[in-house]
Amino acid sequence: MSEHNVHREVTELESKSATAARLFDVRRIIGGLFVVYGVIVTLAGITASDADLDKAEGVNINLWTGLGMLALGVFFLGWLWLRPLKQAPVPPEEPTVE
Amino acid sequence: MRIPPYLAEQPPTSLAAELRLPTNWLDYTILAIYFVVVLGIGFAARRSVKTSLDFFLSGRSLPAWVTGLAFVSANLAATEILGMAANSAQYGAYTVHWYWVGAIPAMVFLGLVMMPFYYGSKVRSVPEFLLLRFDKGAHLLSSALFAFAAVLIAGVNLYALAIVVEALLGWPQWVAIVVAGFFVLAYITLGGLSSAIYNEVLQFFVILAALIPITVLSLKKVGGWDGLTDSLTKAHGADFVTAWGGTGIGDANPLGANWLTIVLGLGFVLSFGYWTTNFAEVQRALSAKNLSAAQRTPLIAAFPKIFIVFLVMIPGLAAAVLVPKIGTSGSDLQYNDAIPYLMEQLLPNGVLGIAVTGLLAAFMAGMAANISSFNTVFTSDIWAKYVVRDREDEYYVRFGRLITAIGVLASIGTAFLASSFSNIMSYLQTLFSFFNVPMFVVFIIGMFWRRASMKSGFWGLLAGTTAAMINYFVLYKQGIVDIPSDQGANFVSAIAGFVAGAVVMVAVSLFTAPKPEEALQGLVYGTRSPGMAEPPAEGDDAWYRKPALLGWGAVILAAACYVPFSF
Repeated sequence: MSEHNVHREVTELESKSATAARLFDVRRIIGGLFVVYGVIVTLAGITASDADLDKAEGVNINLWTGLGMLALGVFFLGWLWLRPLKQAPVPPEEPTVE
Repeated sequence: MRIPPYLAEQPPTSLAAELRLPTNWLDYTILAIYFVVVLGIGFAARRSVKTSLDFFLSGRSLPAWVTGLAFVSANLAATEILGMAANSAQYGAYTVHWYWVGAIPAMVFLGLVMMPFYYGSKVRSVPEFLLLRFDKGAHLLSSALFAFAAVLIAGVNLYALAIVVEALLGWPQWVAIVVAGFFVLAYITLGGLSSAIYNEVLQFFVILAALIPITVLSLKKVGGWDGLTDSLTKAHGADFVTAWGGTGIGDANPLGANWLTIVLGLGFVLSFGYWTTNFAEVQRALSAKNLSAAQRTPLIAAFPKIFIVFLVMIPGLAAAVLVPKIGTSGSDLQYNDAIPYLMEQLLPNGVLGIAVTGLLAAFMAGMAANISSFNTVFTSDIWAKYVVRDREDEYYVRFGRLITAIGVLASIGTAFLASSFSNIMSYLQTLFSFFNVPMFVVFIIGMFWRRASMKSGFWGLLAGTTAAMINYFVLYKQGIVDIPSDQGANFVSAIAGFVAGAVVMVAVSLFTAPKPEEALQGLVYGTRSPGMAEPPAEGDDAWYRKPALLGWGAVILAAACYVPFSF
């Protein structure tokens, strides 16, 4: 069990790996979730009651947090839109015979 | 994550019952959306799993910012968040040491010095590196201990989650354990490491969205930073808000440690042991797409790590002002209650839901990091090397999914055990954390000293672990040497384990055969493996992607952060 075995085995697996080609882009998930959360929390901020404001030291914390989350979500979606992943070549289905 | 004693307060085993949060439908909607997204990531990542390398290491193909945020997130488990806030309420600004001296130098060392050997040798796990550098003895010992500890710590995380959820939301403990266990099981079995990492990245941002409002509001409530430090100085003395006050050798301070044990024990031995050899962390870097990205993984993680301390320390300090008797018999609140208390007092519905979601997400990610590293070590280091060898790759993917399920079930079992033996559990946790330190000795000597022999790895590991345990459980617990606190004892145990491991390694090396020179290529300093020769990818030569610049930048920034806390 030498270094070369591990090295060769992993190199061979790397050539068959499907992650690069098939894994979705996490920016879409972060962007999507934070836009949804941002909208929900911002709405809670717009409709905040006096009790809510008093509890949070007079700060409309839902509004500010919601807007912040919305901005982060939009940032990730914008980044995704401007710099989409370059599609890696799909690896061959059959391993090449060595 | 593994919780080394230097990071862990006791798991929050006793949250006060009156901390029930006033959650409503809005908060539960936010929580439900998160659970749906978590499962969705698992299903969507499933189609990317074709080989065992995809399942265990994301096919070594992720970009650096993703692995970097996952790296910091795997450490940012809820036990760390609650524990470090507790630490601040109890000891004050000393907490910054766990970040600036106790994390950043080690993370930078991992990225700049060690990563070329880890990533370049194409090993799939930390124990596998020991196999190549030393022999099967060191490999099997480290794999078995790691696998056992990972399941145990996943269980302790699950148990801590159940207690917090019971106190805050009123769910029975078994419901919380089964629900969280099920979701972790589902998303890791489906999508493997990719889905664990993606969830960690998501968790990172949700945690920030939870902690920032708590920090801002609690600071406002105590009258800003000046109001905070004034109140604390009045109540606890000036040292409470400084990093180094009262840490002279011979001085008494609540931490029970002086500047030397802080720098050597925490900053060098414990922290290097944790950050550079704990596979639950290193695995994130090994899944990066090339050597440059792997090197940048801990370096990118270092920058948020420098500033996260403020988000846990300020709420902890504020809680010490708002509840002056916190943690003493004069109050129902424990130190661990600091953040839940502030959530209850300050957050209206909406942000409250985000905070609850962030806390639950952090518990689940802490467990998932352990499970996803456990299944890798158990499958590729134990099963595929010693039990069922040379089967086709699909077999190991199937086995990896099966062992994930077994690992989750085992940690659910551990969690139920922990609820009846929580003292034993915290002992066991301390015990396993000693294992990181000797592991670091073995690595550092193995990487820098060619002569270190094949047998020396196993014996160094064994001797170091034993010495640390003897110091802690015999010398300290039996009162043979006098150390003022558990934390202080941990620092000394770590130093003892380090020295014993190093001495035994050198002694064994002098009397046993060295590893043949050609088998050391790419494993010791001054050699190169073929994997390290690959040319940098397009765009990696940009100045802001230079590992040296990022690494030294982080060290300088951390040092600069000390300035306002030192005078």
